Amino acid sequence: MAISDLFNRRRKDEADTAESSGAAEVVLPTKALPKFLTALSARSQPVLLDLGPVVGDNVTFFGEQLGCKIFVEDLYKDIERHARDGKLEEFPAFLAKRFPQATDSFDGILCWDVFDYLDKPSAQALASQMARILKPDGVLLAFFNASEPKPGPATYTRHVVAEPATLRHRSYPAARGKLRPILNRDIVRMFEPLRVAEQFLLKTNQREVLFRK
Amino acid sequence: MWKRDEAVKPTGGQPAVPTAPVTPPQSAGAAAAPQAVEPRRQQMERDVVNIGKSVVIKGELNGSEDLTIEGHVEGKIELKDHVLTIGPNGKIKAQVFAKAVIVLGEVNGNVTASEKVDIRDNGSVDGDIVSPRVAIAEGAHFRGSVDMQRKAGQPGQQAPGQKSTPQQVQNQNQNQPQAQNQPAVAR
Repeated sequence: MAISDLFNRRRKDEADTAESSGAAEVVLPTKALPKFLTALSARSQPVLLDLGPVVGDNVTFFGEQLGCKIFVEDLYKDIERHARDGKLEEFPAFLAKRFPQATDSFDGILCWDVFDYLDKPSAQALASQMARILKPDGVLLAFFNASEPKPGPATYTRHVVAEPATLRHRSYPAARGKLRPILNRDIVRMFEPLRVAEQFLLKTNQREVLFRK
Repeated sequence: MWKRDEAVKPTGGQPAVPTAPVTPPQSAGAAAAPQAVEPRRQQMERDVVNIGKSVVIKGELNGSEDLTIEGHVEGKIELKDHVLTIGPNGKIKAQVFAKAVIVLGEVNGNVTASEKVDIRDNGSVDGDIVSPRVAIAEGAHFRGSVDMQRKAGQPGQQAPGQKSTPQQVQNQNQNQPQAQNQPAVAR
């Protein structure tokens, strides 16, 4: 069965829900996600960690189609809370204790674009934790902005798995927008001992990186 | 049916459980249709029990009918083969077991359903969910894990309408040209 077949089982009311919710939605391509899904589906009863805001469609997809046990830890809410409380300088220390899971717990980790909202110390703290809790041969998917953030209201993005190589991006308000992009060499160094398995620079100037332990 | 400890505080003047209306006996000449509708309505009212928003229960709730909770419950709730609805004012700090669970309020605890868990807009669940089907609305809060009980080689535990298990997907992937456990080759 190809990955595309899994997407054909999506419920037909997903599009209606998006339209009726009124959320701003952009449909964008992804190249690393199909690789991530392929790696995940090759594992028996995969355990997945999703750091993004909870998306019902994604829970349904990963749970029903890929048979994953999914852990949802909305890191964007934590960033929002710290930003609103003016405690962002405490965020690296918070991240160091944020994940009580044992080492080598997850077959797959979805970071989405959370690193775009973190300063260097916070990004390093999060990357270290993710490297710790990822299982050997597990995969981690992360998106990084490759250009300076555009001016405008600050938003977070819900990434909704749609087609095999397509994500629906639904924006919602944020207390703080994206920060300056992290250099590629710093990204690679940050995630050690994970290695870069696949990397794509899209036309949208977003870098998609698939790490493997 | 109900196991409640002394902490149960029904609302003053308002029963926690609505009583069924009393129907006066009807003569033989009365129309059959209203008589048929009335017992059915009574049966439906008896089948759904409401716990009001000022009710606080600490302990174990068991039941054999659908239940809507608008109050506070701490402990354990078990409704095998029935639907549990946590209303918008409901605050649950308990382990929950039911056929289906609909959350419009707050649940702090693990939720196990034999059919479905539905977290509606403004609903909140902090805990682990075990259910073959899970629906989470866009405005809902959820933190925890979701296990849809999809185990390889165990068809009996497949979600309703499921056509393939992860093991079948894995077997089919193994039949694909690309190797397992290696990064996929870009097309």
